Amino acid sequence: MENETNKKIPDSFPGEIYPVAGTDVVLTKLDDVINWARSNSIWPLTFATSCCGIEMMSVASAKYDFSRFGFEVARATPRQADVIIIAGTIVNKMAPVLKRLYDQMADPKYVIAMGACAISGGPFFYNTYSVVKGADHVIPVDVYIAGCPPRPEALLHALISLQHKIKSGATREQIKIDGNK
Amino acid sequence: MTNEDLKNKLTELFPSATFEEGGEFINFFIEPSQWKSCAKELKEKAGLDFDYLFCVTCVDWKTHLTMVYHLSSTIHRHSIVVKVKLNRDQPEIDTVCDIWKTAEFHEREAFDFFGVTFINHPDLRRLFLTDDWVGFPLRKDYDDPINMIKL
Amino acid sequence: MFEEIGTTEDGYMVINIGPQHPATHGVLHLVMTLNGETIVKTEPHLGYIHRSIEKMSESLTYRQFIYATSRMDYLSSHINNHGCSLCVEKGLQIEVPERAQIIRVIMDELTRIASHELWWGAMAMDLGAFTPFFHAFRERETITEIMEETCGARLTMNYICPGGVMADLHPDFQKKVKSFITLYKSKINEYNELVTGNIIFQNRMKGVGYLSKEDAISFGCTGPVGRASGVSCDIRKLYPYEVYGKLQFDEILETAGDSFARYMVRIHEMNQSIRIIEQLIDNIPDGEFLAKTKAVLKLPKGEFYQRVETARGEFGVYIVSEGGTTPYRIKYRSPGFSNLSALPTMVKGSKIGDLIAAMGTLDLVIPDLDR
Repeated sequence: MENETNKKIPDSFPGEIYPVAGTDVVLTKLDDVINWARSNSIWPLTFATSCCGIEMMSVASAKYDFSRFGFEVARATPRQADVIIIAGTIVNKMAPVLKRLYDQMADPKYVIAMGACAISGGPFFYNTYSVVKGADHVIPVDVYIAGCPPRPEALLHALISLQHKIKSGATREQIKIDGNK
Repeated sequence: MTNEDLKNKLTELFPSATFEEGGEFINFFIEPSQWKSCAKELKEKAGLDFDYLFCVTCVDWKTHLTMVYHLSSTIHRHSIVVKVKLNRDQPEIDTVCDIWKTAEFHEREAFDFFGVTFINHPDLRRLFLTDDWVGFPLRKDYDDPINMIKL
Repeated sequence: MFEEIGTTEDGYMVINIGPQHPATHGVLHLVMTLNGETIVKTEPHLGYIHRSIEKMSESLTYRQFIYATSRMDYLSSHINNHGCSLCVEKGLQIEVPERAQIIRVIMDELTRIASHELWWGAMAMDLGAFTPFFHAFRERETITEIMEETCGARLTMNYICPGGVMADLHPDFQKKVKSFITLYKSKINEYNELVTGNIIFQNRMKGVGYLSKEDAISFGCTGPVGRASGVSCDIRKLYPYEVYGKLQFDEILETAGDSFARYMVRIHEMNQSIRIIEQLIDNIPDGEFLAKTKAVLKLPKGEFYQRVETARGEFGVYIVSEGGTTPYRIKYRSPGFSNLSALPTMVKGSKIGDLIAAMGTLDLVIPDLDR
């Protein structure tokens, strides 16, 4: 009897089932349910400055297909997006634009730094006068992916890591909210 | 036209020009004051017809700047390089964007990176860098201790 | 930077397209002055991805600087490497083994096909058709896999080095390329049925973004943009490098000069690239893939210029050497930069919707313009 009811909710659902006389009761925390729901529907912003953008397009296309994991549609406007994938180098002239895009996104918002340039300036670290040495100088970053450019699988891994992070309540956004309580 | 013929013709047209040996193209130097009329000749003179300006750049030689114009003809398929030496403290040269339209963007680039002023350019502003940028980054003495991390 | 938005004194509306806009394919910023929907003035603002590669290259050695150029026009990264490598080889007078030359050319053409396929998908997406994007990437993945097997990377291959190529071909290379050719031939008809023959698509492309032959030469437009206006500018034909002089292929010329002509040039160019690969794939000679070179390269004092044909047009490398281990000055002549300078003329007086069709066929790669 208990086994049958267990099959009705997915394993990933945060909560436990208690059989009470005649019916089953699901016990969970609202925070967990919200995080679970959020993590499975993260829409990325189409933000690409350079090479990594092409690998991001590969992930969106048929072979890698990130909509399998809930990164359903890439949004062109920051107001509809949940995650910004910084795909490419950020230069001094672009930095205010990136900040502005980030500010325009609705909470909760997440940031993935894709590739060496977004992590540290990458191949353009030395002897350049215009490159920001890491996007985290401009906006806070949740997940970093190494590579120049990273493989599509690496981006998928980063997206799944972000999901885990959200589910466990460990993103910067959630810690900030908890801290305010 | 072969390089030899081209050289003879150019010597005839611009007696004050000096040639530089080496390289696959003919290199010749011309005074900044003559550049505009020279450019017109190169574009319009039958037999030369340099209608395609494929590269405009500037080189900082520490003592002076050199503007380098790579020209080619889509009719005769010959190419030359014209060089103009400029004063480093006050680099000024006539624009050629009314002769080759592509020069408009390339000259803005040279202004942005080297601070070369193009006289009569319709819209001489910084192209790549922000308007409040100080200095000309591709000059050899440019230094930016904040952004530039030296190896 | 953005305060220009609003209305001009004449009552025209000023809007910004970009730097974050899906149709600009990157971070291009266009300030448009509009009279209703008609374009009065277009002003491109660049520099949102200006990484100062030219300054950087001045402190990199002749082996190192080549790989910074992979990140410029990343869709023709292999061809950029090729151009730079040829320029260094020209300076040092290195003889490249024939096997390496042929490998380079095959890889060039594969890169060109991959680039044009991506353009095809992205441009159809700009015009509102989402499906072609998936079709294009499906075939493109086959090429990136071939690249990965041999070069070790999917996008920024860094496979060419002065004197030849870094590693020998993967044993499966020929087999895989042949199966790609078969795949491509069966799919190109699908592309044409899906998009080229589509009447809605044709109506949006024909007569849009007209560029005359005189303007194309004057603006220095090269590649498919120049050839669609009837300018013969294929470097592979005019100034052949490597084995291109011995190969049979056509330079595609159109005369209409509109967006549809530029579209057709790229579609036909893919077929020509396949033709080149077919000629070479069975004739890769045995032998060395890398000539012996000194560990530290020093170019003699002088100036060297090398032009190659990338997927976007003429790419030029201008090296000024003072005899040291690093270049004194490097200038990259990027094809997109000149092609973009023609955009304000192309779209003047047309509707703002046509801007997207015109810009899509320019096939801009913004890091290529900004360098």
